[in-house]
Amino acid sequence: MYVAVKGGEKAIANAHALLAKRGRGEVDAPRIDYAQMRDQMGVLVSRVMAEGSLYDPDLAAKALLQAQGDVLEAVTLLRSYRTTLPRFGLTVAVDTAGLPSERRVSATFKDIPGGQQLGATFDYTHRLLTDELGTPEVPNLEMPPSAAMPRVTDLLGVDALIEADKPAEGWNDPDPGDLTREPTTFPMSRAERLQALNRGDEGFLLSLGYSTQRGFGNNHPFVGEVRVGEVEIEFDAPEIGHAVPIGRIEMTECQMVNQFVGNTEQAPQFTRGYGLVFGRGERKAMSMSLVDRALRSEEFGERIVSPAQDEEFVIAHSDNVQATGFVEHLKLPHYVDFQAELGLIRSLRREFETRHAADARMSAGKDQNGEN
Amino acid sequence: MSAPRIVYNEGYLDEQTKRVVRRALLKGVAIPGFQVPFASREVPMPRGWGTGGVQVTASIIGPSDTLKVIDQGADDTTNAVSIRHFFEKVAGAASTTLTEQASIIQTRHRIPETPLREHQIMVYQVPIPEPLRFLEPRETETRRLHALEEYGLMYVKLYEDIAKYGHIAKTYDYPVLVNGRYVMAPSPIPSFDNPKMHQNAALQLFGAGREKRIYAIPPYTDVESLGFEDFPFEPQRFDRPCEICGSSGVYLDEVFIDDKGGVMFVCSDTDYCERTATAGERRQTMEKSA
Repeated sequence: MYVAVKGGEKAIANAHALLAKRGRGEVDAPRIDYAQMRDQMGVLVSRVMAEGSLYDPDLAAKALLQAQGDVLEAVTLLRSYRTTLPRFGLTVAVDTAGLPSERRVSATFKDIPGGQQLGATFDYTHRLLTDELGTPEVPNLEMPPSAAMPRVTDLLGVDALIEADKPAEGWNDPDPGDLTREPTTFPMSRAERLQALNRGDEGFLLSLGYSTQRGFGNNHPFVGEVRVGEVEIEFDAPEIGHAVPIGRIEMTECQMVNQFVGNTEQAPQFTRGYGLVFGRGERKAMSMSLVDRALRSEEFGERIVSPAQDEEFVIAHSDNVQATGFVEHLKLPHYVDFQAELGLIRSLRREFETRHAADARMSAGKDQNGEN
Repeated sequence: MSAPRIVYNEGYLDEQTKRVVRRALLKGVAIPGFQVPFASREVPMPRGWGTGGVQVTASIIGPSDTLKVIDQGADDTTNAVSIRHFFEKVAGAASTTLTEQASIIQTRHRIPETPLREHQIMVYQVPIPEPLRFLEPRETETRRLHALEEYGLMYVKLYEDIAKYGHIAKTYDYPVLVNGRYVMAPSPIPSFDNPKMHQNAALQLFGAGREKRIYAIPPYTDVESLGFEDFPFEPQRFDRPCEICGSSGVYLDEVFIDDKGGVMFVCSDTDYCERTATAGERRQTMEKSA
């Protein structure tokens, strides 16, 4: 007697038990503590926070452990927790110019006010595998006490060599949209686009950014500045009448400076591509700023010929929670649709064979006629 | 200070979000077949696994509701089980496998064989809400086409099928015209189920989570599957009955029964099949004892 895919309930319970077992490994070995994960896997934790759109290193570390290291699974966990949180207010826009940076590099100028600072970076490390990880002493250098570190793009802005970061007049700082709370429709505002890119998949943005460098929507980029550091978060509390500092978060910002030759209405000047992500996410911030600039093609009257310049293509496919869900849903049962397709293929084949048999009979008849 | 514990809201979605979804649903009901954008939330299952349906169900379900969840027509397929468990856990909802006892039926890919009645709600999980998507991938463009009621592209596609294959080569997610105005994707139900949507007594709601769209067909609305006068819509038919319960005129799954390609055909609607089979056995026993 045929039994359909019965026992779904039991199968699910068993699968979950097996999953937990695979995630545990050797039972006499200690479990990884989330604090270890948070502190020793900081870059990974940053990525989960950025794509999960939630700044909480503890939760991101827990999500990674629960997901057994599956980044997209961890991002999904974090997002489906985040979405249930009540929203009781807004923070003031972060001031990245004021952030005392741990790392700050510019590729456009040799020396910049406030200086360049390498900070914690994999750049210039030799990528040689090692068995033992060392913990060298960090020399306690005397840092100049909070020397001003103006943004490199602001320095260029003095002579209007670069587009202003906000319109000179008639600008009233509108509240940016929020993709997670309001319906999205294309075309988007730049602020909405930046939000989408900010939570977009690092790998996808990296490849798109890379494609612009290889001629698919080239925008002649220079790293004006990359900085990583902790920035103050201030909660806007109307009851009190002023903003209240509630803590600090680590962020990575990239300001890309791009060539623009001008057109009939606009004078030649440099243009901006912008990237900002939670934690240590330099690759993501750089990719984001490349793609941001590419998506501004229409604004500058540039020809839109490449995938990275196509807003619907980029934004609709950058979210990895959506992408992985839909790709992986293909393993859900599709018997009903497949049955319908089977029926169609069979009837098309029947028609094909009937037609073929008729053709064969006709050509056989012709051959015989030819012989006679 | 102890670390804060992770807590979820009762019913998972917060009330504010439910209101957002309900507003979209109301708009959908007011404009049958029109895709209403909504700020789709994350839910704790992957996108593409019914997150739109889950949000719709979560927004309309209450303590007096009884929920049935099917996938491929069956109550016991893994994803249906998983979604039913989710609502049992977060909403404390009663659940059933009996079509007529359910007040809400969340479905993927099928409409039950048992006719629906008034005050029942069907919630469809929708992967691609835009019927024109594979003809025109851009939403900015398709939105305009819907606004102008410009469905020429779709008719050309159907015509090309006929020219190429002799009939319309679309077997599921077969486009329908709702209330004489909007062309709508019925979600990937087989074309076999399409006629059931027409003038249905139940309210039909559609949720596409990943694509962030909601649409609806109010009860007793005209739902016409597209076709031509000389090539009208032809739903798929099966020329055999179910080999378990003997029902004919139902949708069948083809199931391999050995490794030599031997197959049998059985109902895809497990609830309908079980009950028809049980009723049949009872009749046989009664006949024997009589």
